[in-house]
Amino acid sequence: MADESKLLRLEIISPDRVFFEGEADMVEMRTSEGEIGVFRNHIPLTSILVPGIIKIHNGQEVKQAAVHDGFVEIFRDHIVILSESAEWPEEIDVERAERAKERAETRLKSGDANIDTARAELALRRALIRIEAAHLK
Amino acid sequence: MASMKDIKRRRQSIQSTGQITKAMKLVSTVKLQKSKTRAEKSKPYFKHMYEAILAMLEKSGNIDHPYLKGDPTKKKAVIVITSNRGLAGGYNSNIVKLVMGSDIPKDDCVIYAVGKKGKETLARRGYTIAEDYSEVMGGPVFNDAIAIGRRVMQDFTDGKIGEIYLAYTEFKNTVSHIPTLLKLLPFSTSGEKQTEEEKADIDRLTLMNYEPEADEAIGQIIPRYINSLIYGGLTQAFASENGARMQAMDSATNNAEEMLSTLTLQYNRARQGAITQEITEIVGGANAIN
Repeated sequence: MADESKLLRLEIISPDRVFFEGEADMVEMRTSEGEIGVFRNHIPLTSILVPGIIKIHNGQEVKQAAVHDGFVEIFRDHIVILSESAEWPEEIDVERAERAKERAETRLKSGDANIDTARAELALRRALIRIEAAHLK
Repeated sequence: MASMKDIKRRRQSIQSTGQITKAMKLVSTVKLQKSKTRAEKSKPYFKHMYEAILAMLEKSGNIDHPYLKGDPTKKKAVIVITSNRGLAGGYNSNIVKLVMGSDIPKDDCVIYAVGKKGKETLARRGYTIAEDYSEVMGGPVFNDAIAIGRRVMQDFTDGKIGEIYLAYTEFKNTVSHIPTLLKLLPFSTSGEKQTEEEKADIDRLTLMNYEPEADEAIGQIIPRYINSLIYGGLTQAFASENGARMQAMDSATNNAEEMLSTLTLQYNRARQGAITQEITEIVGGANAIN
């Protein structure tokens, strides 16, 4: 097996499509335990992703995408990310994200006992990531 | 013999019915193509998810997690996916039959209905309907699956239900749709054979590390797995619905054409009979005058 290669095979799969499939030098992502960057020959690891921006480094080129949740499986020479929703910056509707952000904020501020705080917080985080990712393009 | 007028009326009505069924067939053919691609696209996600969970359970042996145990004494939830509209042949009744014929007793069964037809039939037969998500069947998206998944998982953690099943129609290909009852929770791997390819992935079985720990990761991943299963069920059922409707409408159109040709024959015969009779009458009348 030709092990000189320094490239990782990366697959990002969401329920409605194979979001990304290709090679990368390094992949940066945000997991529930913190941000990690993965090169080839990383120890096998399974981790949970939290809303964040994933950076795919390939040579000089860096691709970025918003990945909202899911989990990652890291193998010696490839990475599989399963995400319920993943978006490229150009696919993001900023206005919608802004509206979602305001909605989540008012909901959190209202202090109403009936609202699901965890859900509202997650929605807020997702909206913030979307806005951040959209400004990357 | 029926009169000419009757046959004509009958023929016209069948003709317009035939036109409708033909149009419906075309519509469902187009919808089938779309939903088929959707159902196929969701497969890799589901496959990877399943493999990851299998590996996780294999590795961590006896995890004592509520998702893996279930409670047979509690009520059993069944998510029943049918269509909102009829005229799809045996599509809806097959699912209803499947639910009623399963070994889940009626009194222990709580239905989470997706699709009006199944909901109405099961409600009439005395089943308890906990929730109705029928509006989803217009065109299922992943968020719908999340909404349904969240609700059943909530009821499961609250202890309202002890087991979760999914009844949907599996889309094998355009002509073959199989009503399927699938156990979602408690999660079990028994009866599933691992393929050689999966076993070969040694990384996964021996070296995999988990951050957070495997049992916590299981708790996070299983709800997602359920969502993806529900989504798979929705898309496949949607494709099957359109496939079933296409078939039903195709045979209806064929039947209509067959009836039309018989009726045309009958009509012509009646017309000829009427003309012959008329001529006979005229000749008879003329002879009488002479």
